[in-house]
Amino acid sequence: MKTLCLIIVLAPLLAAIIAGLFGRAIGRSGAHWVTIIGVAISFFLSLIVFKQIIFDHVEPTSFDVYEWLSIGGLVFKVGFLIDALTVTMMVVVTFVSLMVHIYTIGYMHDDPGYQRFFSYISLFTFSMLMLVMANNFMQLFFGWEAVGLVSYLLIGFWYTRDSAIFANLKAFLVNRVGDFGFILGIAAVLAVFNSLDYEAVFSQAPLVNTQTFSITENIHWPVMTVICLLLFVGAMGKSAQVPLHVWLPDSMEGPTPISALIHAATMVTAGIFMVARMSPLFELSETALSVVLIIGAVTAFFMGLIGIVQNDIKRVIAYSTLSQLGYMTVALGVSAYSIAIFHLFTHAFFKALLFLGAGSVIVALHHEQDMQKMGGLRKYMPVTYWTMVIGTLALIGTPFFAGFYSKDAIIEAVKYSNIYGHQFAYWMVLAGVFVTAFYSFRLLFLTFHGESRMDKHTEEHVKESPKVITVPLILLAILSVVAGYFIGSIALGDYFAESIFVAESHRAIAELQSNYHGVIKFTMHAFAVPTLYLAAAGVVLAWIFYIYKPQLAEALKQKFSAIHRFLYNKYGIDELYQALFATGFKKIGTFCDSFGDRLLIDGLVVNGSAKIVNWFSSKVRGIQTGYLYHYAFAMIIGLLILMSKVFLQ
Amino acid sequence: MLSSLPILSTLIWLPIIGGLLVLVAKKISVSSVRWLSLLIAIATFLVSIVLTKGFDSSQHTMQFYEQIAWIEVFNIYYALGVDGIAVPLILLTTVMTILVIIAGWEISKERIAEYFAAFLILEGLMIGVFCALDAILFYIFFEGMLIPMFLIIGIWGGPRRVYATIKFFLYTFFGSVFLLIALIYLYLHAGTFEIAALQLTTLDQTQQLLLFLAFFIAFAVKIPMWPVHTWLPDAHVEAPTGGSVILAAIMLKVGGYGFLRFSIPITPYASSQLAYLIIAISLIAIVYIGYVALAQRDMKKLIAYSSIAHMGFVTLGFFVIYKLTLANSSYSELALQGGMVQMISHGFISGAMFLCVGVLYDRMHSRQIADYGGVVNTMPKFATFFVIFAMANAGLPGTSGFVGEFMVILASFKANVWIAFLAATTLILGAAYTLWMIKRVVFGSVANDEVAKLKDINSREFFCLFVLTILVLWIGLWPAPLIEMMDASVTNLLNQAHQTNLP
Repeated sequence: MKTLCLIIVLAPLLAAIIAGLFGRAIGRSGAHWVTIIGVAISFFLSLIVFKQIIFDHVEPTSFDVYEWLSIGGLVFKVGFLIDALTVTMMVVVTFVSLMVHIYTIGYMHDDPGYQRFFSYISLFTFSMLMLVMANNFMQLFFGWEAVGLVSYLLIGFWYTRDSAIFANLKAFLVNRVGDFGFILGIAAVLAVFNSLDYEAVFSQAPLVNTQTFSITENIHWPVMTVICLLLFVGAMGKSAQVPLHVWLPDSMEGPTPISALIHAATMVTAGIFMVARMSPLFELSETALSVVLIIGAVTAFFMGLIGIVQNDIKRVIAYSTLSQLGYMTVALGVSAYSIAIFHLFTHAFFKALLFLGAGSVIVALHHEQDMQKMGGLRKYMPVTYWTMVIGTLALIGTPFFAGFYSKDAIIEAVKYSNIYGHQFAYWMVLAGVFVTAFYSFRLLFLTFHGESRMDKHTEEHVKESPKVITVPLILLAILSVVAGYFIGSIALGDYFAESIFVAESHRAIAELQSNYHGVIKFTMHAFAVPTLYLAAAGVVLAWIFYIYKPQLAEALKQKFSAIHRFLYNKYGIDELYQALFATGFKKIGTFCDSFGDRLLIDGLVVNGSAKIVNWFSSKVRGIQTGYLYHYAFAMIIGLLILMSKVFLQ
Repeated sequence: MLSSLPILSTLIWLPIIGGLLVLVAKKISVSSVRWLSLLIAIATFLVSIVLTKGFDSSQHTMQFYEQIAWIEVFNIYYALGVDGIAVPLILLTTVMTILVIIAGWEISKERIAEYFAAFLILEGLMIGVFCALDAILFYIFFEGMLIPMFLIIGIWGGPRRVYATIKFFLYTFFGSVFLLIALIYLYLHAGTFEIAALQLTTLDQTQQLLLFLAFFIAFAVKIPMWPVHTWLPDAHVEAPTGGSVILAAIMLKVGGYGFLRFSIPITPYASSQLAYLIIAISLIAIVYIGYVALAQRDMKKLIAYSSIAHMGFVTLGFFVIYKLTLANSSYSELALQGGMVQMISHGFISGAMFLCVGVLYDRMHSRQIADYGGVVNTMPKFATFFVIFAMANAGLPGTSGFVGEFMVILASFKANVWIAFLAATTLILGAAYTLWMIKRVVFGSVANDEVAKLKDINSREFFCLFVLTILVLWIGLWPAPLIEMMDASVTNLLNQAHQTNLP
């Protein structure tokens, strides 16, 4: 298994290096072939490992590849942990990555940076695999930062665009704020457990729960709360939770395949994965779980609201991603880790599908992203349309589609939860269902239905995308339906029994399990709860506003223009941060530089002491007149002083 | 046969004598000067490899010991030896000197012999600092080092080179005076200049505190620590590329090395008493200097300030050990090792960053960030390297820049949550000032005609940057060999640090 895992990880890395360094030599098709083969190898071998763990019930294994360093009793290693959680992530990551690789052939067809792009996405696959397969915190952090680096490079892929290089710097720095918490969390873990190995940490976790960290002389916080909150700050950065969400919408500056792969299906879910992986720690801190729950709930609802008013097709999907990540975080908060991962799993397929579908539209319209200039595309692009319909139905939680099972399970889990903040979260996620349905269908109606708002030239050239684009769409569409049927095993079964720990007192998931009687019953249950009707209401409202009476939407926009502007400007958070941090930091820097360094230290002390020496020497110089009688006079005075001492004795 | 050769003397004198030979060779031809210099640098490097091969890292004692009586009246010896702390620094010196020679291949047609000779002589003197076991010998190398650097900045420097050299010289000289006073005092007290003997001398509290402060001033200026750091940005800005590289990569490390050889082992009581002061200053370096770096408009100044912030981790690592209990000695070792790794890593990364700026300066004769923009369009290969080193400078895992900072942050957290908290701000600040510079210089559309005319790096420049990339990645991905080399010596140092040396 060790060799197998090494090949899974190294194949995309090798491909990335070949495509990156020898891109010119191997040419465009060489670059896509070598990277596709690399990722395909990873995918198929991941399936084999998946089969071994899930179907053949091979024991979860953890093994080390090499020793990074060891000092005293502290050992840091690079190694892999292979269990149900890992293999699930491996399959999702390599599958979506493979789809995106193939899709990219079509999407980036004319781009001069073709080879570079393939090299980056393969490098991303490697980094993401390192992250999910890690068996220790150090390597987790390596993968964590490596995916951040690739995300930075890819958001700024079109580096001549000012908006792109602004967005990638912003993404990196906001993520660094998260990582700031994350690295302190790792330091806290080491300080408590003297090890960064998952196995050692998790097995000792229940034993250290009474220890505290001294924040000040008198304030002592339980170690688990400190560790979990710090780690969660990292998750908030990577998984774009409020208030560290600001980078994700801007990251849409990157090419669309990246939005699908990195900023929807895989990288942004790393935070969710991480918290699920750390379940043995989070289960020990009610405080941390409550924080997770509330942050998730706020993100789920308020980020969805912004999606209602955006006109850029990718931005709508980006806000939808934020909102869905909020749902996953909510699931984590109520200790329903397996459901969070299950939603991650289904979301990876339907959200990748939606992004790639949007990309298909964007390519067809020669890189037009404004939905106000679309409309009526249904008849030109049937495959894209129908696959996107499936993706949308899955997203809003229509029974029989994948998203329904994962999202409904989350809402049910919140209902059964008893952790602080669960009522608030319940209303948030419920309201979120309506919002999701509304903005999703708004997107669908504006893009594919109604009258065409394209200009003449574009309309003449619109046609369905080529096979390399539509085939991944179809494959993802199939998964966006069937993935939900695994709810019984993945989310509510004992699928993650070995990798996820839930405390006895956190009853939500257990309640759900005991009430679960098969997929059919679960689906039928939907008709008895408000969720489905809320979603239906959202769809109907979208239909009224954007198909039936489009002028109504415009009238409302006028009437409530203040609210509209508030939402359209994303609550003004970006401007606030810009003023507070970007400009503020620069001002502090300039102040430190001009006042502290140049005025105080250099001006006052350094050059000041030079001036004092200068002044002093100019005075002293006066004594060295060169006149003999001055010196003689001085000598006589000196002699007198000396002698006076003798006489006075 | 090799073992009988005085290998450390060879390391010191080969480049110094070689440097003098280069001065003679200028009568022959420019190319003979270049090739001879390169040959000497490579030969010195090979000797340092032999040294590393022969070095037994399981021992903490001084190895390759050489001793000749020098000024017997005052008990001064020409005594040399190395331990696990010195060897990596020597290797760093020999590697960087080769790169500086290659990078300076076409620096100036005039006085090229003097230029190369200065670097070779400087190399010998720096290696001398790391080998000296006699305090006076150390002092002579420590001071002698200043002369070639003074000339390098003063002759081949920029327009304000006179101000910069005088500031540089006075600052460091001011510091060294205190070192000399401390050494003379110790001699009068203990009757010896042998560093190992001084480390065993008992000193009372006041003596230790005063000596510690004297050492501190000398080494703090060298590192440099806040608030005696303002010579560094000026020196860097005016220095030619090679000068900046050596200054940042090696000369700053002499300060850190001094703390490990003098302050901690000779005055351990005072070190533990004043550790809070050094920790506070280190944190100021990390946070305050991080902000100052953000405000810079000159690339070299920015990197200079970034150097000061990164060296803050070195001193933090060295002195946070006093905030850790004896039961947590693993963490103390982590901190000390972290400081050492940070020194080596910073040597490579800052050297690389200055080389990168040098590449741009050679082409556009400007260091101003505002004069650039969209360099990636015309220099894609160069841009790749620059981004790699910028990421290393921002402490990205997988690069050497991460390792030292990571180790120091981990150890600090064990000592005190807030020390780690402040130290970890480098994750944000370091990324902010480095990548913001990259954004303005490398990315974007071509800013002006000058940038449009830029030519990508040639194979010579490629080679230098490539070698550094490999080193940066190697230490980042597999620091174990480096740690192992230092392990025994660091453990020994830690034992010394926890003596008191009080009567």
